[in-house]
Amino acid sequence: MKPVAFEYHSPHSLDEALATLARVAPLEGRVIAGGQSLVPAMAFRLVRPGHLVDINGIAGLDHLRVEADELVIGACVRHAIFHRPVVAGVLGRALTDIAAHVAHYPIRMRGTFCGSLAQADPASEWCLLAMTLGARMIVRSVRGERSIPAHAFFQGVMSTDIQPDELLTEVRIPLPHAQARIGFDEFSRRRGDFALAMALVQFDLLDGRMKAVRVGVGAVEATARRIEAAEQTLEGGMPTMDRFQAAARAAAQAVDPSDQPQVPAVYRRELVESCVRRALERALSATLPKLP
Amino acid sequence: MKQPITLQVNQNTYDIEAEPRRTLADALREDCGLTGTHLGCEHGVCGACTVIVDGDPMRACLMFAVQAEGRAIRTVEGLAAGATLHPLQQAFIDHHALQCGFCTAGFLMLATSLIERADPPDDQELLDALSSNLCRCTGYKNIVNAVRAASVALRQR
Amino acid sequence: MDARSEASLIESNATVPKTAALRTEWIETAALALAERAARPPAAAVPDTVTPERIREETGTSDPVGRDPIGQSVTRLEDLPLVRGQARFAADLSFPRSLHMRIVRSSVPHGRIASIDASAALALRGVVAVWTHHDVADIPCIPLREGKSAELDPYLQPILADGIVRYVGDPVAAVFATDPYLAEDAAERVIVDIESLPVITEATAPLGEFLPGLPSEPTIVRKGYGDVDAAFAQADLVVELELAIGRHSGVPLETRGAIGRYDASRDVLELHGAAKVPHRNRDALARMLGRSPHSIQLFELHVGGGFGVRGEIYPEDVLVLLAAMRLERPVKWIEDRYESLLATNQSREQLHRVRAAVRADGWVLAMDDEFFHDQGAYVRTHGDRVVDMTAGILPGPYVLPNYRVAGHYRLTNKTPAATYRAPGRFESTFVRERLFDAIAERLGMDPIELRRRNLIQPQQMPFPRGIDTISDTIVFDSGDYPLLLDKTLDALHWEDLKESLRQRRATGETVGAGLAYFVEKSGLGPADGVRISVDFTGAVEVVTGGASVGQGFETVVAQICASTLGVDYRRVRVIHGQTNRIQYGIGAHAGRATVMTGSATHNAALKVRAKALEMAASLLGASADQLSVVDGQVVYASGDVAGAGRTVSLGDIASALAPTAPARGGREPGLSAEGWYETHSMTYPYGVHVAVVKVDRDTGAPRVERFFVGYDVGRAVNPMLVEGQIVGGVAQGLGGALLEEFSYDERGEPLAVTFADYLLPTLADVPAVEVMLTEDAPSPLNPLGIKGAGEAGINGVGAAIAAAIDDAIGQPGAVTRLPVSPARLKALLRRRAS
Repeated sequence: MKPVAFEYHSPHSLDEALATLARVAPLEGRVIAGGQSLVPAMAFRLVRPGHLVDINGIAGLDHLRVEADELVIGACVRHAIFHRPVVAGVLGRALTDIAAHVAHYPIRMRGTFCGSLAQADPASEWCLLAMTLGARMIVRSVRGERSIPAHAFFQGVMSTDIQPDELLTEVRIPLPHAQARIGFDEFSRRRGDFALAMALVQFDLLDGRMKAVRVGVGAVEATARRIEAAEQTLEGGMPTMDRFQAAARAAAQAVDPSDQPQVPAVYRRELVESCVRRALERALSATLPKLP
Repeated sequence: MKQPITLQVNQNTYDIEAEPRRTLADALREDCGLTGTHLGCEHGVCGACTVIVDGDPMRACLMFAVQAEGRAIRTVEGLAAGATLHPLQQAFIDHHALQCGFCTAGFLMLATSLIERADPPDDQELLDALSSNLCRCTGYKNIVNAVRAASVALRQR
Repeated sequence: MDARSEASLIESNATVPKTAALRTEWIETAALALAERAARPPAAAVPDTVTPERIREETGTSDPVGRDPIGQSVTRLEDLPLVRGQARFAADLSFPRSLHMRIVRSSVPHGRIASIDASAALALRGVVAVWTHHDVADIPCIPLREGKSAELDPYLQPILADGIVRYVGDPVAAVFATDPYLAEDAAERVIVDIESLPVITEATAPLGEFLPGLPSEPTIVRKGYGDVDAAFAQADLVVELELAIGRHSGVPLETRGAIGRYDASRDVLELHGAAKVPHRNRDALARMLGRSPHSIQLFELHVGGGFGVRGEIYPEDVLVLLAAMRLERPVKWIEDRYESLLATNQSREQLHRVRAAVRADGWVLAMDDEFFHDQGAYVRTHGDRVVDMTAGILPGPYVLPNYRVAGHYRLTNKTPAATYRAPGRFESTFVRERLFDAIAERLGMDPIELRRRNLIQPQQMPFPRGIDTISDTIVFDSGDYPLLLDKTLDALHWEDLKESLRQRRATGETVGAGLAYFVEKSGLGPADGVRISVDFTGAVEVVTGGASVGQGFETVVAQICASTLGVDYRRVRVIHGQTNRIQYGIGAHAGRATVMTGSATHNAALKVRAKALEMAASLLGASADQLSVVDGQVVYASGDVAGAGRTVSLGDIASALAPTAPARGGREPGLSAEGWYETHSMTYPYGVHVAVVKVDRDTGAPRVERFFVGYDVGRAVNPMLVEGQIVGGVAQGLGGALLEEFSYDERGEPLAVTFADYLLPTLADVPAVEVMLTEDAPSPLNPLGIKGAGEAGINGVGAAIAAAIDDAIGQPGAVTRLPVSPARLKALLRRRAS
């Protein structure tokens, strides 16, 4: 389980990195940041880059800040930074909740948030977050900069709109409103494993009613996505156990999981139902007493 | 193509020559002669190769040696001060926290990074972090006991 | 001693991963720890039920002098190099100018090799050779360890596939290169063209040909006693079940490794990285390679877990030896994890159709079982042993007056299977205890009461089981089965526990408890010997033919030697797994190490002690019966006023017995002796497992809240290590019960080839296992009363977990196959709901 040979590049500036990437892109060039998904794939020789462009040495790519109404996460920000809330309010807390499910502790020390998005594993928690909350991905190359909305960014299993010469420099996540609630739940066989299903929900609680509802489901189809049927079930309604259950059922029916001997589709739908309901309960439970 | 790489391990300098594809784990073992870091899976799951890089525990199989230049690396060989064992090493012996000993170095480095942290983790965090590594012999009970005991011992020093 | 053997000694010392300096450090460290503990309160009397915690509490972990070392939870002699990163596992050993071997493996489960083109691999600079079957056709298949079997021999594995590949992972070619990275590059360039053939993926598939002219079922193992048909004819009730155990295995954290080296100057062929059965393997390799066993030496290094799978002869072991000779360079092979999950022995996969004839009062008249064992694609060194043991031990602790079993040994296109810790027992306990639970349910009887009515009673001991297994006639040597059951239920406050679970279920929780009873087997004979010698410093060396797989073998043997001889166990160095140091050895398997090697050590130490006392008597001018050995000094027995204060050390006695010492007189030189232990009966420890499991109704996820083991070990040499064995075994058992499965798709493609797919239990999956050790039934068969402990933890886990899940979900008999994945459990819950 030794990787194939590659040439290694360690640029010190973003411009240098982009220039190098432009040059090696046609030669199976790849970016490496944390490498916690890339290197195992290389060990199995499933990924065989001719060149690796290491962006860890570039100053200023680990930026993490609030700009206007967005949380901006730079390319070299590690998962572990989210072990403690990085912004005030529900988003910071949600990121911390979610980070605890991202692989294991030592992996979170090295792996990056943006790397997860670029990898686009169907079971990635951060991909679900980006899709559900409507993040924008900023990619750059010597040809210029693009801002790609999440729904256009993720194109399939391990497939994104990033072109071979482009680098994902940052992700911008819209800050939720003050009245917002966010809840997350996932199910995996063991702690830290790839999830079999996960759900992220966000809604504004205005006058006891749910508005601007977002329900995202991941690890079930090729990419994470929002489930309109579930959102409609909740939109404008009061947060009750029955409504949550109805939304969870709607989500379970709306997804189209593959049917595998180990994980039959019927089971995957049951997991979706459980995850969506629990995510909704969690969104509410942080501030409200027990549901009617 | 091999290239010169300088590694700082346990405060010693190792000038080695290796291909960029050489993992940090292989470089430590084969080029630095530090075979206390073990390879159990080479895809980041088992944690036997866990070392401390700039204070944080990391999988040495998921980093290339060339990426570790200029970083402060700690391995199991650097835990004891001469004949004096690190409290965690002593606790592993006292609590029978190892049987075959293959996973031990990884657990020692993972746990050392945790209990030596300026803000040591609470018990739940500790258990969560320790569930990152695999042991096939002990059933974990004595590993947890040893880490808890060493954590206390370290605070009392 | 000539120069050649001198060189050999020096080299072999180099392979023993301990140095004098280390040893000294260890003693200093231990002494320090000892001083700290001296301040603790004195020990109370040891209670009947010896729990490791109690002992540790009372004595401190590393106790000392003046107390019988047997029964003490002393810390291990093995630990220091392991915690310091100074151990030497196979991958840690490198010889200069080594070549690295990489195996090209079949990517199809069954097919005919049309062609192999190695030219592109050979073109790489640094690639020395690529071998296919053609290059090794003179080497016979890897033989059965014991004898030959006309039915099984045609299915043995060649070291490289001979025209046909039979499973994904089957070795097709071997690449030898100067660097492991390069060897892997080269292996990718070996182009193997295989024409696929139809596959058999289930042991229960209709009988047919596995290979042209060879049936898919080479043998059926049949055992039994009594009149089963008559028993069924008079039964009030017949209970039938179909039960399946999933394919899983030992999966040690260290993958396999083998380093071959040929020393032409001495004409010695060396294999480093041996394990489990080095002496037996030496003999088998000698036969395969046409050499004298004296000219092959096997060296055990540190071993990163054995669990039954490591240490058998595999193709790679033979290939590195052959290559070391033919390519005239040391050859190193380290298995990677992906290979390991394809190539190392798998185990356990069986399907049972079992039925019981029962009387209305719960007396089980007969058990009748037919099972199908999935052997995979080749017969390996164990032959049909797992089937045999399954059949032999299935009746367990119950009287069962009539019994019949037929075990079908079936070939499939999967990785070959063999033994994994508690082979045949994990499987058979699951089957028998599931059956007993089902009988209780059908009779409306408490499952514990049903068991109690059928247990063999203490006055029936020794109990002849009426069947043989692995060439031994099964006679349960000793045991009080009802007593252990009572002690277990008492320790758990069973009625309270059941009541609290009932209450929790009443409030909507899905939680329950289950119990399993089992009889283990250990101490497989027939004979083992050791040689003990004392040097002039008083240090003791025990040379054994045993092997260590990480279980604390050195410490346990040292404790036994120390106890018998009268020295501090830390002065005892235990040699194992070095075939050049002792001619015979049984290794470490089948719960043998403590029973066999321990008893031999006891016998040898008695001889050394007698020799020391006799010599000391002469030196002190006393008679031997006035003397005793305490902490390495021969002293007058307490109360002998005249001799008080006059002592002579074992080191001085050893000096006096040197060949050149005048004091020796006509005595045989050396303070040393050989001791043997022979037995033709195994010992049978026994245990009870209790699990408490909570199920998440939404996801089907089971969580093990508690796991309790009550176990009678006869006599615990080191309770802390026994507990360690048991707790670790439970964790592995939980893997097999809930997580681990080598699944294959219908085309024979393996689906669990990474650690993301083959799920080993993590800390989060294993509760803090509770252990109660009892010593109520020491074995009458050996001088120390010892029984084995290595397999006590894993044996009943599948059965207890299944019963607990049934109880939790309120569906008796629901769990019929292992592992119980959340998907399968959710299906059971769904079935109930609809």
